Amino acid sequence: MITIAMPKGRIFEEAVELLRKAGYRLPPEFEESRKLIIDVSEEEMRFILAKPMDVVTYVEHGVADLGIAGKDVMLEEERDVYEILDLKISKCHLAVAGLPNGKVNGVAPRVATKYPNVASSYFREQGEQVEIIKLNGSIELAPLIGLADRIVDIVSTGRTLKENGLVELERIAEITSRLIVNPVSYRMKDAKIDEIIERLSLVIGDE
Amino acid sequence: MSRLFMFEKPLGMRDTLPFLYEMKKRIRHAMTNEIEKWGYQFIETPTLEYYETVGTASAILDQQLFKLLDQQGHTLVLRPDMTAPIARLAASRLYENGNPLRLAYNANVFRAQQREGGRPAEFEQIGVECIGDGTIAADAEVISLMIAALEQTGLKRFTVAIGHIGYVNALFLDVLGNEERANVLRRFLYEKNYVGYREHVKALPLSSIDKQRLLKLLELRGDEATIAEAREQIDTKEGAKAVTELEQLFEHLRLYGVIERIKIDLNLISHMNYYTGILFEVYAENVGFPLGNGGRYDELLAKFERKAPATGFGIRVDRLIEALGDPEEKNDIHCIIFSQERFAEAVQLANERRRKGERVVLQHISGITDIDACTKQYSDVTYLIGSDRKDE
Repeated sequence: MITIAMPKGRIFEEAVELLRKAGYRLPPEFEESRKLIIDVSEEEMRFILAKPMDVVTYVEHGVADLGIAGKDVMLEEERDVYEILDLKISKCHLAVAGLPNGKVNGVAPRVATKYPNVASSYFREQGEQVEIIKLNGSIELAPLIGLADRIVDIVSTGRTLKENGLVELERIAEITSRLIVNPVSYRMKDAKIDEIIERLSLVIGDE
Repeated sequence: MSRLFMFEKPLGMRDTLPFLYEMKKRIRHAMTNEIEKWGYQFIETPTLEYYETVGTASAILDQQLFKLLDQQGHTLVLRPDMTAPIARLAASRLYENGNPLRLAYNANVFRAQQREGGRPAEFEQIGVECIGDGTIAADAEVISLMIAALEQTGLKRFTVAIGHIGYVNALFLDVLGNEERANVLRRFLYEKNYVGYREHVKALPLSSIDKQRLLKLLELRGDEATIAEAREQIDTKEGAKAVTELEQLFEHLRLYGVIERIKIDLNLISHMNYYTGILFEVYAENVGFPLGNGGRYDELLAKFERKAPATGFGIRVDRLIEALGDPEEKNDIHCIIFSQERFAEAVQLANERRRKGERVVLQHISGITDIDACTKQYSDVTYLIGSDRKDE
């Protein structure tokens, strides 16, 4: 039995589609179910549905053998798991954004973000000291109401930024979803996991 | 900081309650017994060491060290592992005439917590260090001893993955030409970031054959046949030496009869620059983290001003307990409940049974508030109550 942690929300449907393309027979009601644990006995697989940020935690602790996680989460959490495969789904990027011609507070420039670790290391590498304010969502609000000068967030189409009058200032990293593996499972269940990796690689293709 | 509640302990610190203690004791006994049978001698070293010596020589990352100051202002660390203290001891005192030393330990080590729970900051490790022997026989002995000791605990399903950092280094140096570029790739492996590794390799200005050799490294895992595949990828002297060492190691492990537990994994890198040759990790089902690891560390003793080859392993008792599963919550303690008039009889009975090696609790009836809750803790109970001299 292989346990796979799946991220709820944005990535979920693309991930399910990819697994189906790779020939895994997932039941049709898979997407509609509100269960948190779904057993697919004919494939000897168990899926657990988690918050995207938590997928890496389940896999690191080994309660899930595999997981599908965005690179943004990997960068933020720095968990001890194997990042095996770029699934090339849910493409977006991490960026710094702010108001057009917005002034940066010279004394204590502030950056609001859901990714405090990523933001902190990015600005340090740029040689700039900033103060990070952690938010959990609707990050775009921060510069609009004066909580921060800039934000660090994922951008896919750029529509949310545009509709709120913000502009992208710098691109930090390209983001796609990754297949991640627990280090113990990678060795104890290697035959089964290698097969999953191979079947997925075939449908992802090599650009 | 908010005021502490009286029940709180520092992050990552745990109490050991009786059932867990018994289990730890059993594991400790099984493992140390086996280790002693292989002629290793147990030692103890101080809990506190200097940061400048043991702290910096240790393989444990700086941010994981518990640091404090002594009265002279020196920085001290709570020992984060046992290998560095043993290297200090061996280099300064024990390793004298160049003959191999076989030392073992069973001690608590300390690693500061970075994140959420599920990770103890203090845990018991049992392990060995074989110092002064640079032969493959020593590597094979340490691995086989680890397997034998784990088997003694009753652990059934576990696997040892073996890698060789010398092979990885030789391949990187042969393809990339310099240490700096090799280091970038080594870091990707260390961080377990295969996606990043592949992207980096694809972007390098190399021939497609050389790229293929680097990418192939990620697939060099599996059974013994992998060693032959590894040989095809490299023909430098250093690379061939590493492959030959792996072959010899497998030959030894076959003779020790442990080969079915072994997997080869040439992209295993458990530390950035600590191990110098063969290295390994051991895994069990149902535990998400390795039970333990080890390998050859020929540079460590030189940090204590005495060069010597060395290899060893360390097993984490907390994870081993998890792998063995919950023990039956049952003990073999006998309880005698007595009333004052029959105390003499009770003491006599207790002493008799204790002499036979049994564990006996002697409990005055007046000291008990709830008799059912009290007797439930013991395997069986004898009542010596009242003056009729009959057991109830």
